[in-house]
Amino acid sequence: MTPATRSPLMWAVHLSVLLIVALWTMPTAGLLISSLRDKDQLAVSGWWTALATSSRNDVARAPSADSQVERDGKFVISGNVLDGQAGQISAFGFSSREPAAFKAGETAELTGGEKLTVQADGTFEIVSDTRMEGSRGQRIFFTAAAPPRFTLDNYKEVLTAEGIGASFINSLTVAVPSTVIPILIAAFAAYALAWMPFPGRAILIAVVVGLLVVPLQMSLIPLLKLYNGVGAFFGVPAKTYMGIWLAHTGFGLPLAIYLLRNYMAGLPREIMESARVDGASDFDIFVKIILPLSFPALASFAIFQFLWTWNDLLVAIVFLGTGQDQLVLTGRLVNLLGSRGGNWEILTASAFITIVVPLIVFFALQRYLVRGLLAGSVKGG
Amino acid sequence: MQQLLAAILTMIAGVLACAAYFWGTNFILDRIFPSKGLSGKAASRNLRITNAIRPWLFLAPALFALTIYLLYPVVESVWLSLHDRGGQNFVGARNYGWMMNDGEFRQSIFNNFLWLLVVPALSTFFGLVIAALTDRIWWGNIAKTLIFMPMAISFVGAAVIWKFIYDYRAEGTEQIGLLNAIVVALGGAPQAWITLPFWNNFFLMVILIWIQTGFAMVILSAALRGIPEETIEAAVIDGANGWQIFFKIMVPQIWGTIAVVWTTITILVLKVFDIVLAMTNGQWQSQVLANLMFDWMFRGGGDFGRGASIAVVIMILVVPIMIWNIRNAAKEMRSH
Repeated sequence: MTPATRSPLMWAVHLSVLLIVALWTMPTAGLLISSLRDKDQLAVSGWWTALATSSRNDVARAPSADSQVERDGKFVISGNVLDGQAGQISAFGFSSREPAAFKAGETAELTGGEKLTVQADGTFEIVSDTRMEGSRGQRIFFTAAAPPRFTLDNYKEVLTAEGIGASFINSLTVAVPSTVIPILIAAFAAYALAWMPFPGRAILIAVVVGLLVVPLQMSLIPLLKLYNGVGAFFGVPAKTYMGIWLAHTGFGLPLAIYLLRNYMAGLPREIMESARVDGASDFDIFVKIILPLSFPALASFAIFQFLWTWNDLLVAIVFLGTGQDQLVLTGRLVNLLGSRGGNWEILTASAFITIVVPLIVFFALQRYLVRGLLAGSVKGG
Repeated sequence: MQQLLAAILTMIAGVLACAAYFWGTNFILDRIFPSKGLSGKAASRNLRITNAIRPWLFLAPALFALTIYLLYPVVESVWLSLHDRGGQNFVGARNYGWMMNDGEFRQSIFNNFLWLLVVPALSTFFGLVIAALTDRIWWGNIAKTLIFMPMAISFVGAAVIWKFIYDYRAEGTEQIGLLNAIVVALGGAPQAWITLPFWNNFFLMVILIWIQTGFAMVILSAALRGIPEETIEAAVIDGANGWQIFFKIMVPQIWGTIAVVWTTITILVLKVFDIVLAMTNGQWQSQVLANLMFDWMFRGGGDFGRGASIAVVIMILVVPIMIWNIRNAAKEMRSH
């Protein structure tokens, strides 16, 4: 390392990168932490306070006068304001105007002369010299410090009640065939464009490059009409999985052909020539030599296509229905944003389930993803 | 579960069908025009014929799918944009005339240009700076992975993540959105960020910048590493400082890559739809073309004429980049 490594400037580099990384990961971290928090705590405090003890103001009602017991000539009503929840009482009161007038352990004198004591652990006693009356119990206001609580309940709820579990299966149903089917089709086409001379090859390559950037929006309406027409003609529903697999195949082909052609064109010519001298046909060369050698490029494309089909919303909401058996994760998430807009425990858990598969794919296969990106963008390298 | 099984079976059937097609057509071709075991002249004639036909056998399924799913729709969309809502009656340029006078369309065009100005520029800039910084430190690869990570997250997922950050609670109550919490901590008043006209565009753009910076960084980092050492060494010997080396020696050598990154993100920006749909659905003056197009596709039973004409506008904006890409690809092929 050069002396510059130890200079103050290097410290600035370390610090700024650290800051940028924090800035870039914080949003996702916040989502993950929030999704694991108790939903009552999530609703009242920021996720960055998740580890801190949160204090809440609450009110409990003592049992009615029926439950009083006579002890040493005094009448006593007892109970616990926390009612089984964890927490630590710091203050209490008996009127809504002064809900924290007394410290835990102190004794307050109620308007009727009874004495109320609330301990830090939540137990309370109302003591009176005379028999107490009234069918409604005394209200007790208190401030409790609750320890941080983490739970998987949010996930349990969204997976079952909110239909995220079903949508997860639907998303897999869309993404897996949509990833695999185009590969073979594209590989044969890419080989033809890379290594088989024929008139019009340059034009076809130009067309593929052009189609790479055609906005999906151009395809939506004509294909919707086409699908409706085909559906009506054969008497089948227009919105089927078969329809979306084929659509994703069509939309993914330009990138697949482009990536694979670039990769195959870079393979050494000598391999193919020596095979041809040995009497191998184009078909043999492709299947036995090119296809195995192209594995890195095939993997790159497969990752791209999987991420793209899993994360896609537009194609799915146009070409698939919105029923329980067809709504994909992204579509479900958009619906939840509308219907459960304020329920962050639902939204964060659902969003995390939506992004967890791509994240696993990303971290496991990042190498191929980067290679594919480089091949697709910085040609010539 | 059952449907997943059906999907996998269909997939296997599809792949087998493809394999059967390629193998079968090849087999038949070699049977009709055999080149083995024939005398020299007939063999070479048959070889010529099979060599002329075979590429098209290899290409046929791909060409078929590309035609149905991309080429035909482009033509059909242009055609539909000249028709009324049902696609039956020819109305000439009336849809385009409507567009020019429609307030929502003008708003979308304005917003799209804002997006086009801001998102590619900032993503590329951040990507370049981060690439340059991370290449100098030992934990650079870890940093890069974490910054690259949002790339794997869907736009809808990212929208939820950021909507949580922009969350707004009434003044006086505890803020659970990070941005408002910071604003309040600094003594400001909380805002419902995504409902503030004009500025909300920028809050939505942040999401795409967050996602795309990693892409820019990965590609620019590779380009920076490809710069010949000698040019930098020469500059160091001549007494250039860090800034000068970066901006005067390194950046000019990777202009081509910067342009590729910039145009790729530009295309993406033109198609941005999910983020706007999930965050505001075009309310509070945050509409963009792709979302407006989707809206018209289904609004009131669907107006295919207007929807298609908006799609054509997006296409027209893409065409310059498309031509530039094709010319670059052609140039590269000639140099090979």
